[in-house]
Amino acid sequence: MVSLEDVYHTAELAKIEITEGEAEKFRKEFEKIIDYFNILDEVEEDIEPTFHVLPITNVFREDVEGECLSQEEALSNAKHKEDGHFKGPRVVE
Amino acid sequence: MRVTEWRGKVETQGCYDAISEMLERIEKSKLNAYITVCRDEALKMAEKYDRGELKGRLAGIPVAVKDNISTKGILTTCASKMLSNYKPVFDAHVVERLKAEGAIIIGKANMDEFAMGTTTETSYYGVVRNPYDLDRVAGGSSGGSAAVIAADEAVLSLGSDTGGSIRCPASFCGIYGLKPTYGLVSRYGLIPYANSLEQIGPMADCIDDLALLLEVIAGKDRRDSTNSGKEFKFVPEDRKLKVGVIAEMGGNEDVMKRFSEAVEVIREKHEVEEVSMPSFKYALAAYYIIAMSEASSNLARYDGVRYGYALEKLDSWRRYFSKVRAEGFGDEVKRRIMLGSYALSAGYYGKYYLKAQKVRTLVIRDFKKAFEEFDVLISPTMPSLPFKIGELADPLTMYKADVNTVPINLAGLPALSVPIGFEKGLPVGLQVIGNYFSENTLLNFGKWLGERMQD
Repeated sequence: MVSLEDVYHTAELAKIEITEGEAEKFRKEFEKIIDYFNILDEVEEDIEPTFHVLPITNVFREDVEGECLSQEEALSNAKHKEDGHFKGPRVVE
Repeated sequence: MRVTEWRGKVETQGCYDAISEMLERIEKSKLNAYITVCRDEALKMAEKYDRGELKGRLAGIPVAVKDNISTKGILTTCASKMLSNYKPVFDAHVVERLKAEGAIIIGKANMDEFAMGTTTETSYYGVVRNPYDLDRVAGGSSGGSAAVIAADEAVLSLGSDTGGSIRCPASFCGIYGLKPTYGLVSRYGLIPYANSLEQIGPMADCIDDLALLLEVIAGKDRRDSTNSGKEFKFVPEDRKLKVGVIAEMGGNEDVMKRFSEAVEVIREKHEVEEVSMPSFKYALAAYYIIAMSEASSNLARYDGVRYGYALEKLDSWRRYFSKVRAEGFGDEVKRRIMLGSYALSAGYYGKYYLKAQKVRTLVIRDFKKAFEEFDVLISPTMPSLPFKIGELADPLTMYKADVNTVPINLAGLPALSVPIGFEKGLPVGLQVIGNYFSENTLLNFGKWLGERMQD
């Protein structure tokens, strides 16, 4: 069972504003999808999980200076900027 | 159109003329396969070729690039409103490789929004139509990349494959498409959806062209820490293989009719036996849980601050981010981010995400066991013929269309879709799966089979 509360909570975690109409639509869809996911309950617990298919651990490189973007390039796709910096929304509410 | 045919054209009429002709065809096209057409730049490069200044293994060849692969100074939208104004300031590794070999980037191919879909119907820019029936989809998510090959709107193309996104449209458009072994092609500059599953791969009209493009894009790149550093070289190979037909992967009557004919053809030269992969029962659910979880984390970067869709006025961060994301993302993207957040949230991690990674272990075990006995495994690429536009309106129904392709991504194996002819006037594809880094065997087998099935 997926409740409307679950949907609003998930939307808040995902930082996506949703309307009442959307919440009900997503609730119905999520219920069907999650019900399908529950097939995994049949799988036994005692199995080592695989997070990554390649046997790679840490990949190191020399700590040397490389090429990087100029300030102008880095800012070229930002709408809000000031004095060569990104301008973000207020974080203290 | 094959590379050899294109080269013949260029020889007789010149590259500028050949590219102009192609641009004209694109302009008149009803397929909606491109989001951006690089008209001026392509013509400039063609002139350069005609002056003898463009060199390399792909010199003068028009290549389409899926719109989730970064191209410096050229719009890279991921078919999303969120990135509809985004111009990368660097090239993806594969784009650097294309340019170094003299390729002409003719345009950025349409796709499902952030590669999340099986039909391109989630694209902000509208659906890509199937070249064989305009009322049907070209498949997804690399639908544009496949349609342009079938309709001569490019000679080669790049797609990306997270759960079948190269193989599905290749099958629906009657062309060849390869999902390489995880780590063979650098993902640097591929806008991420689910990092542990996806690979960039080549799409083409014949195996020789596919191999040529793979040779160019495969290889070492230290900017992708999961890159294997391995190169690829296509070497002709003619040997009898042991071929396993996967019992758990089927299709509807139309698809199975054509597939069974292909199996009979294969039997003439190779040894064929059925093989069972019991873990595949859980693969689709595990795949979607992992893909959505990775998506929820990856797509957290879209906050309307550094790039992408932004609101006129900055607000408090909570309201600003939530509003940008509500307006910038389409429904399927929202669905996957939210379900991913759900699967990773407190209380559900063990039940969904961790369990899915355990299934991954089981899937890899089944493949390992199969490859002790078989050289390649086969199945229909897609369980049905190309869908009518609008046919898969229910999300779960759409997810289920990926049932034959997703286990390969869970295991990181290579898989090729080979066109095996038509049923009811629509293309059917056969999927060939190989062991890690066995692309050469896949391509040789695919070439042999594809040539026989076109007769």
